[in-house]
Amino acid sequence: MRFEYFQMIDRVVALDIAGRSARSICTVPKTSTIFEGHFPSYPLMPGALLLECMAQTAGWLLIAMNNFNAMPFMAGVKDAKFRTAVFPGDELEIEGSVVHEGSGFAVGEGKGRRNGKLVCEARIMYTIMPFPSPEFRTALFEWAERIEVPIKELTK
Amino acid sequence: MSATFDKVADIIAETCDIPRDNIKPESHAINDLEIDSLDFLDIAFAIDKTFGIKLPLEQWTQEVNDGKATTDQYFVLNNLSGEIDKLIAAKGA
Repeated sequence: MRFEYFQMIDRVVALDIAGRSARSICTVPKTSTIFEGHFPSYPLMPGALLLECMAQTAGWLLIAMNNFNAMPFMAGVKDAKFRTAVFPGDELEIEGSVVHEGSGFAVGEGKGRRNGKLVCEARIMYTIMPFPSPEFRTALFEWAERIEVPIKELTK
Repeated sequence: MSATFDKVADIIAETCDIPRDNIKPESHAINDLEIDSLDFLDIAFAIDKTFGIKLPLEQWTQEVNDGKATTDQYFVLNNLSGEIDKLIAAKGA
């Protein structure tokens, strides 16, 4: 994770457009100023950032499903649960899926596991908007390559 | 009142916590019921799922923005129900 850039995913390990599912690995940093406040002497991964891990995982799936031409923006969250504490250094496997594709919106689901055990889940509503600029698309492609989204295969 | 309207009204009542009796066929979702665009996404999701269709919200929005349609055509509930019926019929055709 790169907290300072709000980029939560280390790498995308599976992305199945037909199956409407993706998996990513998100490793919580061992140190961060975030943990100085959340919480002093008891560092915990904030639930809001776990939600972001799930949102980004299903989000990359949606970007791929939209042929890397449109961006999902988180618009709502339902049924978010943070089942157990997540600590600095923990490696999480995040599963993202798309359960509905509407016109200009989509609904995704996320689940996070540590050592196979469910630690968080949520249902996320996205609005889908065209990329705001060519520069945005370029930056997104660079980000995709860094986290190993198989962008070349997907845009063939 | 049509069965489609009844289902749509139930969805709106549940999604937006609006008393069911306040939701009439002539109600405008935005102007009368004060449903905002974000809440309407939840409604659209529920309508899509309930009827097995995809409300063409982007197309409708474009038509309204271009002056080719009014919001009444799509967001007065009786009209919305009619549009849903058309989409269901088109799916079965």
